[in-house]
Formats: sequence, C-alpha cells, structure tokens
Amino acid sequence: MLRRSLASLGMTNTSSRHPEPSEASVRDRRRIKERIMENYLYLIPALPLAGFLILSLLGKNLSKNLIPVIGAGSVIGSAIAVILLAIQYDPENPVRQILWQWFSSEDLSVAISLSVDALTIVFLFVITFVGALIHIYSAAFMREDRDYARFFASMNLFICSMLLLVMADNLVLLYLGWEGVGLCSYLLIGFWYEKPENSRAANKAFTITRIGDTAMLIGLFMLFQEFRTLYIPDILNNVSQHFESGSATLTTIALLLVGGAVGKSAQLPLQSWLPDAMAGPSPVSALIHAATMVTAGVYLIARMHGIFVLSPEAMAIVAIIGAITLIIAGCSALVQTDIKRILAYSTISQIGYMFLALGVGAWSAAIFHFFTHAFFKALLFLAAGAIIESLHHEHSIFKMGGLRKKMPLIFYTFLAGAASLAALPFITSGFFSKEQILGYSFGAVNGNPILWVVGITGAFITAIYTTRLMVVVFWGEEKTHVSHLPGPAMTLPLVVLAILSIAVGFIEWPHNLMHVAVFSDYVQNVLPATVERENIAPPLVLQGIAIFMTLFGIYVGYMNCYRKPIWKANNYQTPLFQSLRNFWFKGWLFDDLYNNVFVKPFLFITTVNRKDIIDKIYTGISNGASQLHRMFSVSQNGSLRWYIGGVLAGILIIVTIQMIV
Amino acid sequence: MTLIWIIAIFFAGGLLCWAAQFVNRVLIKWIALIAAVANLALVGAAYAEYRNGSAPGDWLIDYTVNWIPSFAIKFHIALDGLSLVLLLLTAFLGVLAVLCSWKEIKERVGFYYFNLLWTLAGITGVFVAMDLFLFYFFWEVMIVPMYFLIAIWGDSNRRYASYKFFIFTQAGGLLMLVSILALFFINHANTGNYTFDFFELQNITLSVAEGRWIMLGFLVAFVIKLPAVPFHSWLPDAHSEAPTAGSLILAGLLLKTGAYGIMRFVITLFPQNSAEIAQWAMLVGVIGIIYGAMLAFAQNDLKRFIAYTSVSHMGFILLGVYSFREMAFDGVVMQMLTHGISTGALFAMAGMIKERLHTREMGNMGGLWTGMPLMGGLALLFAMASLGLPMMGNFIAEFLILVGAYEVNPTLTIIASIGLVFAALYSLRMMQRVFFGPRTTPDRHPEPFLRQGELREGSAHSASAVYDLSAREFTILISLSVAIVILGLFPQPVLDSVNTVVQSLIQKNTP
Repeated sequence: MLRRSLASLGMTNTSSRHPEPSEASVRDRRRIKERIMENYLYLIPALPLAGFLILSLLGKNLSKNLIPVIGAGSVIGSAIAVILLAIQYDPENPVRQILWQWFSSEDLSVAISLSVDALTIVFLFVITFVGALIHIYSAAFMREDRDYARFFASMNLFICSMLLLVMADNLVLLYLGWEGVGLCSYLLIGFWYEKPENSRAANKAFTITRIGDTAMLIGLFMLFQEFRTLYIPDILNNVSQHFESGSATLTTIALLLVGGAVGKSAQLPLQSWLPDAMAGPSPVSALIHAATMVTAGVYLIARMHGIFVLSPEAMAIVAIIGAITLIIAGCSALVQTDIKRILAYSTISQIGYMFLALGVGAWSAAIFHFFTHAFFKALLFLAAGAIIESLHHEHSIFKMGGLRKKMPLIFYTFLAGAASLAALPFITSGFFSKEQILGYSFGAVNGNPILWVVGITGAFITAIYTTRLMVVVFWGEEKTHVSHLPGPAMTLPLVVLAILSIAVGFIEWPHNLMHVAVFSDYVQNVLPATVERENIAPPLVLQGIAIFMTLFGIYVGYMNCYRKPIWKANNYQTPLFQSLRNFWFKGWLFDDLYNNVFVKPFLFITTVNRKDIIDKIYTGISNGASQLHRMFSVSQNGSLRWYIGGVLAGILIIVTIQMIV
Repeated sequence: MTLIWIIAIFFAGGLLCWAAQFVNRVLIKWIALIAAVANLALVGAAYAEYRNGSAPGDWLIDYTVNWIPSFAIKFHIALDGLSLVLLLLTAFLGVLAVLCSWKEIKERVGFYYFNLLWTLAGITGVFVAMDLFLFYFFWEVMIVPMYFLIAIWGDSNRRYASYKFFIFTQAGGLLMLVSILALFFINHANTGNYTFDFFELQNITLSVAEGRWIMLGFLVAFVIKLPAVPFHSWLPDAHSEAPTAGSLILAGLLLKTGAYGIMRFVITLFPQNSAEIAQWAMLVGVIGIIYGAMLAFAQNDLKRFIAYTSVSHMGFILLGVYSFREMAFDGVVMQMLTHGISTGALFAMAGMIKERLHTREMGNMGGLWTGMPLMGGLALLFAMASLGLPMMGNFIAEFLILVGAYEVNPTLTIIASIGLVFAALYSLRMMQRVFFGPRTTPDRHPEPFLRQGELREGSAHSASAVYDLSAREFTILISLSVAIVILGLFPQPVLDSVNTVVQSLIQKNTP
C-alpha cells in the first residue's frame, strides 16, 4: 500500500516498479492461468475443424503446397495445444469448458461442453500426436492424388470428431463425435470411390458400426430414463446409489454400450467390417483403423467404468468377447496374404486384448495397451503403405520379399513395430503392455486361468504371424522391383513412431520386476485400481511362460517361413489343412453367415415389395371401379329394344318383390 | 396485420404473375421472387419480434373479422410459437421453390407461378387459421393449385399422379368437413350458439362415441396428408411426378400440415379419445418408419426413393405426438422443420440432376462426384442428415422423439430405432449409386444452359452434361445446408419458441 502510494508519487526506484506479488495475488494469477487454459480448450477440436472447413470450401482453389500446410498444420497446432494442456494439467482439478447450451427440453439438458481428465489426455495425446505424424506422412503419400484437398479435409474432420468424442462430458456430445468418426471412416474407406468395391467396403463399415451405434443409442435412452441426465460425471457418481451390484437393468445398459463398443472397435460379433476397410489409403488405415477410431469402444467402456464395475456379468461378457476375438482374428491373420489385411486382423486381435483387460477390470492396463498399440500399429501401417507404394501398389506379401536390403530404413522401422506387436521381451513397448494384460487376466479378481491360457495362446499366434510377415516381406529374394524409396516426409514419422514403439514401454514395468508405474499413476484419478486376487501362481512363473510362448511363436514362424517356406511345404497341402486355412482366410465365414441370415432376406423382402403391396389395394379399387364402369356402360348402348327390355325387367322384379312381401 | 399481409402478398403475387404473362414474361419470375422474399422478410421480422413464444394461454397475434356472418363463419387467424416456426419454414422454402423453378419451367410460366404462390398462401393460411371453416377453406386452397402443378408441369405420368393426389387428399378433406360440421351442430345443440371458432369449440363436451367418430374424421384427413402407412401410396407418385418446386413444397410443407393438424386440432379437441388410440397411433408410426425405410431401400427412381424416406421420417411424428411427452413434442416440431429442409434439399438436388441427365433412374447415374464434387458434398450432407447424423437438425428431432417415446413405450421405440439402421442403409445406397462408383453417365447432348456461361471449372467435363452447380443452384443448396446445420447445433431457439405451446398441449393431455 505504502509502496504503491510511493510509486504513484514517482518516488521509488526502477527496480521496485513491479511490487512483490503477495500470496493472494499468486493464487489469483494461478486461477487466471487455469481459467485461460479452460478458455482455450475449444481450440483443440476447433483447429482441425477450421482446417476441414477451409479445405472443403476452398479446396479446389488452393495450391498443392498450401493444402498439406493447412491440413497437417491444423493437427500439429492442436497437438501443441494438447501438450500445453498436459503440462498445465492438474489431476486434482479436471478442466471443463461449457461452450454453449445445445438443447434442453423437459428435464433433459445437454450442453456442448468439453472436459479433460487424465484418461482424456492420454487419448488426446495419441490422437493429435500420432495424427500429426500421419498427416505429415500423408502430405507426401497422397501428393499425386487428384483429390488431395478432399483427403485432408476428411482427415481433419476425423481428428475433430475424434477429439470431441474423447473430450465430451455428456453422452450426446460423445455420440456426436462417435457418429462423426464413423462418417469420416466411411468417407475415407471409400476415398477412391470410383472402384465399386471400395464404396461397398465403406458402406459395409458404416452399416455394421451403425448397428452397434443404435444399440448404444438405446442404452442412452435407458440411462436417461434411470438417471434423468446424460452428463457423464453425474451418472458415474450416482450409479452406485441408484443400483445394486448385478442389477438386471444396469447389465442391460452396460451390454447396450458394449454393443456400440464392439461395433466401433471391430470385436465379435461386429468385427467383419474392418478387414474390408483396408480399401482406404494406408494413412487412413493407420490413423482410423489402427490407432484411434477403432479404440473408441475401449474408451467408451473405460469412460463408463462405474457402470461396468457394478455389473459383473457385463464385465465377464466383455472379457469373453475380447478373448474369443483375439483368437479368431489371430488365426485369420496367420493365413492372410494381403499385407494390410494381416495388419487389420492383428488390430482386431490386439483390441481383443484391450477388451480382455477391460473385462477383468484391468482398466489402466487396457488403456496402456491402447497407448503402445497406437504407436506400433500406426507405424506398421505407414511402413506397409510405403512398401505398397514403392512396389507399384502390390499388396500380396508373397510378391514382396528381399526388401531388407532394398529398403533398409523401412526394414528397421518395420522391425521395431513388428517386434512390439509380437511383444519381444523387455525391449519393446508391446511387451510391457501385453504382459500387464496377461498378468491381470490371471490375477485380477475377475480374471481366471482360462482367460490367461487364451491370452498366451493369442500371444503365441501373434508371434507366429508377425514373424511370418517379417520373413516373407523382408527376407528371401526380391520378387517385385522397388521403383523408388519414400522421401523424408514419409520416413521421419516412421522413425519417430519406431522410437516410440520401443521406448514408451519403459514407463510402466511389471511391478514385481521394477517399481516404475508412470502410466497407471497418471490415470489413477480417473480409472479404478485393479483389484488382484490373492494366493495365485507367482507372477514370475506366469511371465516366464508368456515370454517362452512368445519366443516359441517366433521360432515356429521362423522355422516355417524361412527354413521351409510355408507356401511350398507339402505337409500343409492336406485337404483338412486347406479347408481350415480357407475358413480362417475368409474370417471364419462371418461374412457368409451375415449374408445369408441378414443381407439376403432383407434384399429379398425389399425387392419383392419394391412396388409396394399396399398400393395394390388402391389400384384394386380403381380397377374395380373401371370394371364396373365398363360393365354398366354396356347397357347404355342406344338400342331402344334393350331399354324397353330393361324397363320391363325392372317392373317384373318390383312386382315380384311386392307379391312376396 | 402481418399475417394478413403475408397471405395477401401470396394471393396478390399469384394473380400478378398470371396477369404478367400477357404483359411481359420476364417479369413473372421476378414478381414471384419478390413476393416470396417480401414474405420471408415479413415472417423474419415477426420471428424477431415474437421468438420467445407467448405467455401460457396467450396468442402472439389474434385477429378476427366476420366473413360470412349468415353461417357464423369468421376470418379468424392467430399466431403462436408453433405457427410461427412453421411460417418461417413456409416462407423460407417458398423463396427456394421460386428459385428452383427459375429455369425448369418454360411453359405457361405465369399460371405456374400463380399456382405456386397460391399453394403457399393456402399453406400459410392452414398454419394460422383458427376458424375451422376457414381452415378447411385454406386446406382446399393449398390442394387445388398443387393438383395443377402436378397435372400440368409434371413428368410423363403426371395425370395419374395428380388424380391420385387429389382423390386421396380430397377424400380425407371431405371426412374432415363432415367432422367440422358435426362439431358445429353439436356445439349448437349444447350451447345454442353457432360457431366454427376453434377457441370456442375447444370447450365443447362430447360423449366418448361422438368424440371418437369426429376425431377419426380429422385424423384420417391428417394422416393421409402426413402420410401414415397405409395411406401413403399417393405420395411416391405425386412426389416423383411433380416438378421440382412441387416436390419441394409437397415434402417440405404439405406433409407438415398433416402433422400440424394433428397437434393443433386432434389432440387439443379430443384429448381423451386421443389417449385411447395412442398406442395404436404409435404402432402405425413405427410401422411407417420401418415400412417406408424398406421401400426406400428398394427404389431405383431417385425421386421415389426420397418420397419413401419421407414416409419413414413422418412415422416419427406419429410416434412422438402420441407419446404425449414434452420432449417428444419438441422433437416433433424439430422433425417438421428439419425434414422439410433436408428432404426439400434432396428433391431440389434430384431436380438439378434431372436437368442435367434427363433421368431419375439411379441405374443411369453413378460416379457423379467426379463431375460435380460440390453437389456431391452437399448431397452427402443431406444424406447424413436423413440418416440422423448428429450435427444436423434431424438428429435432434429424432433423438428427442425417441427419448420421449422410450419412457412411454420402450418396445416400439426400440423398433423405431432400428429404423435408424435402415436409414443408413438407404441413404448410403443412394450415395453409392448416384455419386460413387465408376462414371456410367453417357455424355448427353449439351443443354442450352451450357451456353449461358453457367459452366464452372472442371473443364475436362465441359463436353458432358455433368457440370457442377450454378450460382443459383449453389445458393439454394447452401442456404438449406446452413439451415440444417444451424438447427443441428443451435436448436434451442426453436425449442424456446414452441415451449409454451408444447406445455399447454401437454397439460391438456395429462389427465
């Protein structure tokens, strides 16, 4: 006070022109700083949205150099915003920003509002950071395409929708993001729309996920009826007072949400769209069908964990879905020949692991596997895209071969991704995340030995197909000439992702080996801790078996593919093996099943009724009227004899009736 | 007074257009456009003034003069929030309807715009008439010119379609007239007072049986218009044969008069009888949703396809109204507006495609995105609106209806939700057949438009008839797009406008 009055009199020296901040003003300033953060939350989705709007409205008039600057720049901008947010983020005070009241009717009130907590930050980081890398890669990869601007517009819209999905704090806005990513997935799968099979694949993806979405929407109706709100924190806070554990209604709600999740995340029984979705450009497969959108189901279940915790049946079903899916998809990956389809099935299988983890209550493990998987699977897809492009759009792995020497950089980065996918012990991120899931699938309260056995069988299969993929593509003799090597815009993202695929695992060690748990500590405020059973087999034994299975799988793959190439070996030509192979190759014939049970009857009914049977009633009436008209007009023929006859007949009838009555 | 001005401008504009045919043919379009724009401005001003709706039980505008005193018929018009938003839709689509016809209509232009404006006048009147006889009068005023629009400027099968349209709606209209007269006489028997005034007739006491039959008379007229299955079969024919603006008005506005009638008259005059049939009406609605969607999926004719999607979407109206929930009512109002816009846009687009390719057969289309990316993008937007994608207004509408109806009848609501999957099926099928896939379009002879400098970029396709949107077409579609997105992101003003109306309807229908 004194100092200020002195200052106003100009009597203080220059050094003390800025008064020492009091404690209160520090707090004030911190609050302002937090407020600023809150106020800029909208920028994270708004930047890609702006990118989308500019590119879609002006796309045709922009130069080829400006398009990627806008497209990738907007995502990089939002990645920077996310990093700033993550640095400032205080786990005690999750941030929320209400943008505007969306709609309110009766007691349903929905706001366009964004919230950020640790779980969201993990997703935000992956979406924007991996997204930005993929955008940079795409700038080179898609450069020759006619619809360069449309590509980036769709990608930006996707990023925006995905960000809204994970930042939404009410289920309606989440559903907006949910449908938005579905739309973008549809647009990008069918990006090369002139080929009918591409747009068929896009339709298939949209329709199948839409079935799941509708289940989820019905879940929303039920949730609203029970809680009178769709604001997620309110639901999660009230769920334990509202419902007993194991309540049938709650289980129904949980299962409807799972319906949405299995659609988006390509899990049993709605998994069959993802392999076909590979019709889209490779960066799309990397971004949407590996790193981000397909894990939206995992996010949804983790976000709504409060509901699942109270419904052991739903948890068990999630775990079983995950377990079955990971085996089914793994087997299909074993026999595919298209490099992208191998990776697609492996994605389904890896998300199966995440579902398994969610189902046994290993929440943080599931999210950690999502985290590592996003890096190594995006890497694998991008590298596969580079290979495909360099080999004149060749997709079959058996027409590749010998690329280790020809494309060394791709080889090493692909190796890093593949090792992580196969969970090579101790040096890859995939090992750490998968090990955690396997451990909990046995040791968590909801876990049991069967799930664990399925899990390590899956790990074994994963190791085999990954090794097969590596060996066939990179060893052996060259079968297709390498036309050109990818430029720096494509290789830089690969290198970054390769480093991350190896490195991010070290932030979370198995707790019996080393006490490093950065990741699970980070999300502990949001996700409940995993409850473990007591008196189970020592973790070291389980880990030992898992590691052995992985290495054994690599050995089996190596023996089969390198020593005795699988496609030449006679012992695989038996009819039984051939039919099994065929069965797996066609994704366990789910497509045929759905075709016969749903598609064909629907087509039959609609085609038969194309002309609308109800209209027949009305045409019947009008035809009947015309018939009557024709019948009676016969009598109006101008012949006098007819008329007299008619009059006489009339008289006769009347007289007869009178006599009778 | 505003309301009278609006109706008068439509009537007078129509007459002027017809007269101008004998003076200066260029003038006609401009007269029509000026009339439509003037009315949009008037309604917009009214909206700005009254957008917060009315106090409960109050009317924003209430105007009465004697019309035919010997029959106790009054010219009684009134405005509340519900009428207001529907007037806004009418005026908006009215302008676009004129713009849609700009190049399409080349014969009997004056008489065409006469009919167009008179239909709009009739629709406006229907939304504000509060004297039942006056309501019936406007009901006929909108139907007869529409009959001419289809019968004269329609496509190859226009005679059949226009008769069908006329007979269906007229049959319903006559039943309604009988019901109106029944109310008139019963009210006289009860009170000794002859009146057609809706406000007075609201207090009528009817026995259950009387109420049931009289209500059915109204209801049949409105569900034919809506249309509900099984009274829908006039609609595909009328929509597909009508000229573009005709389809736009049919789908965008005429169907809404059915929905409006149910909300304004049926459930207000006959709350008890409505409650009796509520479950059945919801069932009919759900059948419409599913049945319409399945028919839409099977169509090969683009306009027929859009027509059947309307049948499906209008099913939501019955489902929502007869659940008697505030939320569902809000959803119904939103559905009227958003369906008017999204379906109107699809019909406008079908018209533009037809101008280029001279066909409505989807089998003859395909790969149109290449030649017209702009139209493709906008078509995608409206296909997505039609399948209920959030961000577009249709989602808000269907979401509110379904949430509201779920509390009343979960089973039917779940079946209705399956309609959303079907909506995805048919919308995507349309996109795939029209805009995606290889280009199957044979290059047609260039149209005269090409010479008028309408050709925009894409010079590679300059030889073909597939050229992207002209400035006029772009204006039509972009204003519809903006409207549908605004309704999707900021629907609250609409909900606020109709709030009091909806609440008083709910009060009437909760015993």
